[in-house]
Order: sequence, then C-alpha cells, then structure tokens
Amino acid sequence: MQELRLHGRGGQGLVKASHLVVKTAVETGRYGQFIPFFGVERKGSPVFGFLRLSGEPIRRKTQVYEPDVLVVLDDSLLALPATCAGLKPGGTVIVNSAREPGSLGLPPQAGTVAVVDATGIAIAEIGRAIPNTAMLGALARVTGLVDEAALLENIALEFGEANRAAALRARDGLRIVKGGA
Amino acid sequence: MGERMALTGNKCASYGAALCRPDLIAAYPITPQSSVVEELAGLVYSGALDARMVQVESEHSAMSVVQGAAAAGGRVFTATSAQGLALMFEPYFRMSTLRLPMVMAIATREMTSPETIWSGQQDAMSVREAGWIQCFCETNQEILDMILQGYMLAEDPRVLIPVNICYDGFYSSHLMEGVDVPSQAEADAFLPPYGLPAKLDPREPRSLDPMTPGELLTKYRRSHLEAMQAALEVVEEVDIKFAKAFGRSYGGAIEAYRMDGADYALVTVGGMTGAAREVVDALRGEGLNFGLVKLRFTRPFPAARVREALAGVKGFAVVDRSVSFGWDAGPMYVEACAALGGLLAGKAHFSAIGGLGGADLSVAQLAAAARRLAGAEGAGRMDTLWLSEEVRQ
Repeated sequence: MQELRLHGRGGQGLVKASHLVVKTAVETGRYGQFIPFFGVERKGSPVFGFLRLSGEPIRRKTQVYEPDVLVVLDDSLLALPATCAGLKPGGTVIVNSAREPGSLGLPPQAGTVAVVDATGIAIAEIGRAIPNTAMLGALARVTGLVDEAALLENIALEFGEANRAAALRARDGLRIVKGGA
Repeated sequence: MGERMALTGNKCASYGAALCRPDLIAAYPITPQSSVVEELAGLVYSGALDARMVQVESEHSAMSVVQGAAAAGGRVFTATSAQGLALMFEPYFRMSTLRLPMVMAIATREMTSPETIWSGQQDAMSVREAGWIQCFCETNQEILDMILQGYMLAEDPRVLIPVNICYDGFYSSHLMEGVDVPSQAEADAFLPPYGLPAKLDPREPRSLDPMTPGELLTKYRRSHLEAMQAALEVVEEVDIKFAKAFGRSYGGAIEAYRMDGADYALVTVGGMTGAAREVVDALRGEGLNFGLVKLRFTRPFPAARVREALAGVKGFAVVDRSVSFGWDAGPMYVEACAALGGLLAGKAHFSAIGGLGGADLSVAQLAAAARRLAGAEGAGRMDTLWLSEEVRQ
C-alpha cells in the first residue's frame, strides 16, 4: 500500500482529482481509497486529503501521517509545517509551482521531487486556474501508481478534452529536480 | 449483473436505498449526510427512481412525513446526522414505538457543544434507548449491503422495528472506495415487496395510536422488548440469506476476528475496525494473541454473542467514539461489561475513548490501547484511556 497526502486550497479541485484516481484504480482492478479532510470550508483556505493505492484491500480508514508521496497544489503551502510533516525518507514530492525549485523550501528527506507549473498549464489549456487535472498527469508519470491511459481517459470523460490536454502537457513538461522517476 | 464502482459512503447509502424501491423519501440536508438526500433527489427527478420525494423544512417534518407514509403501508427512507437527529427525536421515538418498519441512515457526527460538524458516534449512541435497531458499518460495501438487509430485518413479521444503518461521518460518509453495486434484479430477488399487516387507508377508517393506559402500554413495551430480542436471531438469518444471494457475509450481530484462542481483545464499533484489524495482525506477528470483536449491532445488544466471544480472554478494551456521561467511560464499554456479568472477574479491562469531534482514531492509538492491555494481566477495571494526539505520538 502506498499512502499519499494532497495539499491544496479550496477551489483547486483536490477532492475531484482524488476521486478520479480512486475511480481509475477501482476500474483497473486495484484498490483505492480517498478521505477528504474538511476544515472550515471556504474558497482559498488550505485543504488536504488522504489517498491510498494498493494491490490489496485497504483496511485502515485513518489520516495519513507518514506519506510515501506528497502532492502540493499550491507552493505557498510548503511554508506550513503541516504540509511536509512525516514525509517518508526517500519519499516523493510533486509541486505545482512556477518558481525556482531552490526557493521552494522542499523537505530535505525527499528522494524524488517533481515541479510543474500546473496552474499556468491549466490557464493555457482550459482557461481557468484549476490545476488539479494537470497535477494528475504529473502524478501518474512520477509515481506510476495509477494506470496512466485509464486515468487520462477518465479525465477526458469527467472534465473534457481540454483537461486531458492539460494532464498530458504537465506529464511531458514537468521537471524532475531531485532523484529519478 | 452488478457493477464495481468507486463510491463514497453517502452514495452507498443512496444507492442501497434506491435498490430497495422506496415508495417515499423525505429528508432534510445536514452535514455530513447531505449528499445522501441530494443523490436520491437527483435519482427521483431524473426518473431513474420511481419514488415520491418530499422536501421538508426540518428533520422533525422528515420523520413525521415518512411516519405517515409508513403507517399507510409504504416503504420509506430518510437519513440524518447529529443536530438533525436531535430535532427529529419526538417522531423518531414514536416511529419505533408505533412498530413501523423503515430504514434510516445516520452519518454519525459529534453532538454540539462545543460547536462541531465533524465525526463521532455520539448522535446515534445518544438515542440508543429510543427503540430502534442500530447497526454500525465498517466499509462502504457494508453500508450499501446493510441498507438492503435493514429493510428485510425491519419488515420481518417477528420484528417490525425500524432500523438505523450508522456509519462514521466523513471517515466513511466522504471516504471513496470500490464497492460492488448489485443490479436491480439482484436486489429484487433478495428483498421481496413489502406489505404492512395493518395499515391506514381512508376507505377502511381505523384509528392509530389512541391514548393508552399504563397497564396496556406496559404490554406494548414488553412486546417491543421481546421483538428486539427476536431480532437478534433474525439478524443472523438475514446475514445468511444475504450471503447466499451476494456471496458476502458479515457475521451477524458481531464479527469475531482472530478470536480463536485469543488472550486479549479489542472491541470496536464502525469504521475504526479496519485499523484495529491491522493492529491485531501486527501484534499476532509479535506472538501476542490478540483478536477483535466488531460490534455490528448495538441495539439490540448482542449480549450472548459478546459474552461467548470474550469469555476466554485475559483482557479486553472497548473503543468508543462517544462517551457515556454517567460512567467515566464509553457506552459500549459499559454494555460489554454488563453482558459479561460474572465473567468479568479476573480479566483486565478498560474503556478507550477517541475519535471525537472529527479527531482521527489512528493505527498507533489503537496499538497503544492494545499494548496497555497486554501488560495488565489480572488488573480488573483500569482507568479510561483517552486516545489523544499524545497517545498517537
């Protein structure tokens, strides 16, 4: 079982993106689970969620304390201690950012770090600053935890072709700034 | 053929209810249950579900509307949480004491105050003396399956008691995972159409619920309690019928997990059970003989099965996601002790309380509760363990 934690802000589509990953896992014969963590709901406030993917049934229904993978939809959240807390040594971080990676304050224990300007891609491809589907393209490539073709198909079905294009552009345009994928 | 889908717990409650072909649904939205009603409203208005959907102004009205429809012989459904259940309490109690069968989902939530909208089982536990059957679910599959089983149980002529299908707010209601959704034909083959033995009909006028003197009312109460006990047997029968139809069995009123030869047991309610299973497996790997008793039904309380499951252990801890204000303990701990009676002698046991107001019940916390038990042979009743963040770290 791999445990992922996603951090974003209200309105970035974190929950819907995670649902698509679970749906894809289930449809490809694997196991997936997502629990959104709701704080005070308002646009722009920090939100996070817990995603698990496995070849076996997933039993625990708890929060994720030591993620294998961190997905950060807004790079300003890297400044919050809770965002990177507990990342496993050698774990993977995928960040939506247009900034220089050296200035992001990335967790030192990360083994693999990928950076992609998902918001910029979303604005270009879908005309809205919603980076979730672009981040899914990056997630599929960097982690290999979900069937990429099936995920892209689900993105197109759920959100339309422009979002598939955003996912593909992020997949191909992301930068691995630490480790390998 | 059914279909495997990724669904939230709330969607499982909606789909389960829809598969039971309800005549009427009335509900009022409240976090974290709201999407149950929203989904059902969508199914009705799209034509996918042939049911009457009544939009009401409160939970009190929701229960009153379904009560009237049930008295007229309809199969009805509603869902609620926390403050909504509190507002519903007057017709809620009357529903069970009228002996009108139905299923109501509760996406369990902490009770205010302090103000909260998050998870906890205090709402359902606080109405456990209102005459309903109460079942708690661990997985989303179980939510869907137990809605189907709930109607069969409630409508059994030996029972005729409404059923709550309870599941953890957010940690189940908003959790998405894979679920096998039966086809309508499969659901129809399992659950026959419903016919209430005596129903209100304007063409054959009769009175319902006249003023009833104490001697007669006592007979009603006794009959209700006896039907509750009879329901324990029906729970097991329905589980077997369901397993024959769908290939999934949940063990009836309790599930005993790795309890053969167990020295110690965790007793769990609802979604926390999954993490507790992992703890049991890990401790077994260390040579500690742990097992788990999942309380699936809390009303009626499966006392005989709990007694049998825990008779041989040296110690047990009951984990509650709610409190009993009278006992410095969780309510299911108190009831497990009552079920054990004289068999408590010589055992170590305590109440563990956690997961209130949206707090997590983590694997580490449940492991901490288990380890405390393993080192306390013969300790008798131990202090209540509060599963706080400090215990987790």
